[in-house]
Amino acid sequence: MLNNITLGQYYPVDSPIHRLDPRMKIILTLLMIVGVFICQNFSGYILILLFTVAASRLSHVPFKVMMKGLKPLRFILVFTFLLNLFFSTGTELFHVGPVVITREGLRQAIHYSLRLVFLVISTSLMTLTTSPIALSDGLEQLFSPLKVFHFPAHELAMMMSIALRFIPTLMEETDKIMKAQKARGADFESGNLLARAKAMVPLLVPLFVSSFRRAGDLAMAMESRCYHGGEHRTRLRVLKITGNDWLALGIMILLLVLIVLLNIFVPKGLIL
Amino acid sequence: MSIELKHVSYVYSAGSAFERRALNDICLTIEDGEYVALCGHTGCGKSTLVQHLNGLLQPTEGQVLVDGKDINAEGVDRKRLRQKVGLVFQYPEYQLFEETVEKDIAFGPRNMGLPEKEIHERVRRAMDHVHMSYEKYAQSSPFDLSGGQMRRVAIAGVLAMEPSVLVLDEPTAGLDPRGRDRILRIIQELHEEKNVTIIMVSHSMDDVARLASRMIVMMDGTIAASGPCREVFQKRDLLEQAGLGVPAAVKLCLKLREQGLQLPEDLYTAEELHDHLLKLFKEKGGLKGC
Repeated sequence: MLNNITLGQYYPVDSPIHRLDPRMKIILTLLMIVGVFICQNFSGYILILLFTVAASRLSHVPFKVMMKGLKPLRFILVFTFLLNLFFSTGTELFHVGPVVITREGLRQAIHYSLRLVFLVISTSLMTLTTSPIALSDGLEQLFSPLKVFHFPAHELAMMMSIALRFIPTLMEETDKIMKAQKARGADFESGNLLARAKAMVPLLVPLFVSSFRRAGDLAMAMESRCYHGGEHRTRLRVLKITGNDWLALGIMILLLVLIVLLNIFVPKGLIL
Repeated sequence: MSIELKHVSYVYSAGSAFERRALNDICLTIEDGEYVALCGHTGCGKSTLVQHLNGLLQPTEGQVLVDGKDINAEGVDRKRLRQKVGLVFQYPEYQLFEETVEKDIAFGPRNMGLPEKEIHERVRRAMDHVHMSYEKYAQSSPFDLSGGQMRRVAIAGVLAMEPSVLVLDEPTAGLDPRGRDRILRIIQELHEEKNVTIIMVSHSMDDVARLASRMIVMMDGTIAASGPCREVFQKRDLLEQAGLGVPAAVKLCLKLREQGLQLPEDLYTAEELHDHLLKLFKEKGGLKGC
């Protein structure tokens, strides 16, 4: 039952996108989000769509896997679309009974939905192509300038990697304890809400106990190897910005410039 | 109570990229009152097999019959089954959760819906079985006990359901020699005095030789050998291949034979070897004969 949950959504294949520096990928994603938000007209979205399709083809992640990220969002999408469609004022296009559909409403509904879709796709393009460990490494380095203000970048990244590292272990442990209690006649599946919550106690107590034990062991192991975070720490995999990273950044900036130009020169409402 | 496995196969995460066949066409019968040792290398499928015996895992193919009835058929009372076939997991002390030892041991019987008086009696009996004084420990927290004591409490938690088959997955792992002997003695007593069928996963060939009446050797999800320990220990090559080796007494016998001592083939435990050597020694006239 618990085996099916894969950690994060990292899709382990090799591609130019996978090989990009995680720091650059985080920056690119942020820029992409900015692009999606500043885009004011439909032709801009076509540009973004083309870019996203090209990037996802380049990442060797199957289309189906990419679309999976949208699935939990479908209700919010429909909700956003309908809300904007029905509750805007402007020039009337047509009406069905008391419900008036306006030109502005339709425009906004489409815009907001597209924004949501592209937001999710561009961020999942990052998480699909970057392993969680690389991601936390990248975040650490991006935040490291903030150390001047005593921002604990290294410690946060460390906690994040440890947490990620122990998710599978904890799942295994949960499965084992669950089975052990089932072997003693525990019932996790039936009964009302209260009964079920009560049934979790024999699972949660051992799980907490073993988590604390593990935490203690890990702290001890780190300490006995003279772990000491922050300064003067070298790393096994040194992140390097390569030509490809600069190229990707260049393309992204070009995209942003094009979006701005389209905003300025293509009049609103040419197509919608 | 007999357990029969008919062509049982089990596949982990079937259909995904992580698909792995853990059991492959296992046929096996365990009779009432046997003491069976289940041996094999790490990852050979022992633990998976063990979880089939009380329906925690359902076979991908094949059937598990307890007393001739398919336990995975519809309408079978799993709770009742799990009470009849008790399963002690590896490191069972990690499943303890209650405030007191008494409450923890009572978890199983309480789940069975027994009256309080019966539960209390069972807790006392179970603690007695595992050599834990009720007066001394019943009200203490299980988390204050030593590792060996915690394990005994955990085993008592299963025994309190009074199963007629007891399955133990490496019950002595990680214990000191004294703790180990204690656990093995408890199991032995249950087997002899209560006629409980024992199925024990073990890596120690010495323990197997000394205690079990039959051993099953698993390799890559299949049964490589099954039979009385004496017969299986003859297949030295197979045991090496399964990553198990032979008991220390057998190794010593080999060395002694190399030195020219005539020894019979069927010495497997330290006690047997000891007795035999002592007999030889006396025959040759004790110290004078040397």
